[in-house]
Amino acid sequence: MSRNPIQAWLSAHLLLVYVFLYGPILVLVALSFNKAGMPNVWTGLSLHWYGELFANEKIIAAVGNSLFIAFAATLISTVIGTLLAMGIEERRPRIATEALIAAPMIIPDIVMAISLLSFYSLIKLTLGSHSVILSHSAFMISFVCAVVRTRFKHFDRSIIEASIDLGAGEFTTFRRVTLPVIAPGVIAAALLGFTLSFDEFIIAYFTSGPSSASITFPMQIYAMIRFGVTPDVNAVATIVMLVSFFLIFLSQRINREVEA
Amino acid sequence: MVVSRRIVLTGPGIAWIMALLVIPCALLLVNSFFERGIYGGIDYIFTFENYARAIDPLYGEIFWNSARVAGITTLISLALGYPAAYCIALSPKRRQMALLILVMLPLWSNYLIRTYAWMVLLNGEGLINRSLIGLGLIEAPLPLLYNDFAIITGLTYAYVPFMILALFSSISKLAPELREASTDLGASPLMTFWRVTFPLTLPGIAAGCVFVFVLSIGNFVTPDLLGGGKRTMIGNLIYDQFLTARDWPFGSAIAAIVIFIMMALLTLQAVLINRRDRDEKTV
Repeated sequence: MSRNPIQAWLSAHLLLVYVFLYGPILVLVALSFNKAGMPNVWTGLSLHWYGELFANEKIIAAVGNSLFIAFAATLISTVIGTLLAMGIEERRPRIATEALIAAPMIIPDIVMAISLLSFYSLIKLTLGSHSVILSHSAFMISFVCAVVRTRFKHFDRSIIEASIDLGAGEFTTFRRVTLPVIAPGVIAAALLGFTLSFDEFIIAYFTSGPSSASITFPMQIYAMIRFGVTPDVNAVATIVMLVSFFLIFLSQRINREVEA
Repeated sequence: MVVSRRIVLTGPGIAWIMALLVIPCALLLVNSFFERGIYGGIDYIFTFENYARAIDPLYGEIFWNSARVAGITTLISLALGYPAAYCIALSPKRRQMALLILVMLPLWSNYLIRTYAWMVLLNGEGLINRSLIGLGLIEAPLPLLYNDFAIITGLTYAYVPFMILALFSSISKLAPELREASTDLGASPLMTFWRVTFPLTLPGIAAGCVFVFVLSIGNFVTPDLLGGGKRTMIGNLIYDQFLTARDWPFGSAIAAIVIFIMMALLTLQAVLINRRDRDEKTV
């Protein structure tokens, strides 16, 4: 008897949590179509801020730089992370190995940021976009590895042996047997890694150096919002969020489809 | 043959993580025992001075303030997250995945933008203040932004999904028969929750709390943007030592302390869960 009212309360609470999670995002999206002037007073529908956005050279340059960094870091971490996942899944890894691979996902961003800055300074590596690529690839490998490993869960290892018994070489076996099975996981991992790198702020902020050429998109956003609300952020925020959500959605879909 | 194949596959990944995570973190620890150079570099003279300074009352207050803000954030996240995770665990299996993805989705969007959304909502001319004035509930705008309230709101917003995920994985493992048995034996729903559900989901509660607390205490972006830089938290202190004051050894020592707190909490949580598992086996 008393179960239903409780469940109703719980459902109402869950709904409120979703409102809490998505309300601020929706407000930002709505305000990006605001006519002009104040960042938080509705004055009418307009695409004004989207026009301004494409005229803002600083934002365009920062987005370009972030895309470049994300592409490069994704390339490195997808290759290394996939190999790592394949190697790890061949035999049950030791706990120490598991911990090492999970560490980049657990360590607080700021600690990773300052330790990398100290390290680059020690080895006298000049800072720039390339050092951000290195830094990002370090934590992305863990995420890539974790996603690709999910593909091995239902992977029947005997088909690899069958392939080798039938005379296929190591590489042919990889290309014709292993890769088709793990490909959705690899693509999903790459999309996820790309999103993580594109949105990453703290590590990039510490390891990009003083050059304005290495300013990433989140760094540019930070510079714009640090001293208060500005209306031109709403439009770019909306675009970036929608693209992120789309990539994550895509990543989820690709990795699930073949399972079914 | 098998060994070399494994090394070829895992070698690059392990080497990458060693070079860009393990060695830099070890370096951080080493640097924390050296003296600061006159021009902001590092003088390689061994000292405990940085740790002694970190427990100085001046910095002790920053630690205390950070722990307080992170603690309140953790409790609010737990209060918000538990019923939400419970509700998801009770819903039909088919819908659970979609509900969880909805919880996780904001985590994959830009952290700065999500924080900025709260600047828009909370400022003096923001939506919340204008609505309250419009409804005639208040006359002058409330000071919602640039204080601890704003920081805690922002941190809760950012990290409550982690709490829900941790709690869900624990609650969903709970056999419904246990609750039914308790109800059949005459316990009220509240009693069932308090004596059955709550104790059995303690591992999830512990995991979620450690996550949220650690993420909150090291954060510097939220205190900076929503706290207006007025309130210094540990994250800001580390930031300042590295980018403004250029006292890297001291900044390293503080970071080492944060790592130590994190390790201690994770160990405590692991011990709690182990003891629980052992208890269950002996029952």
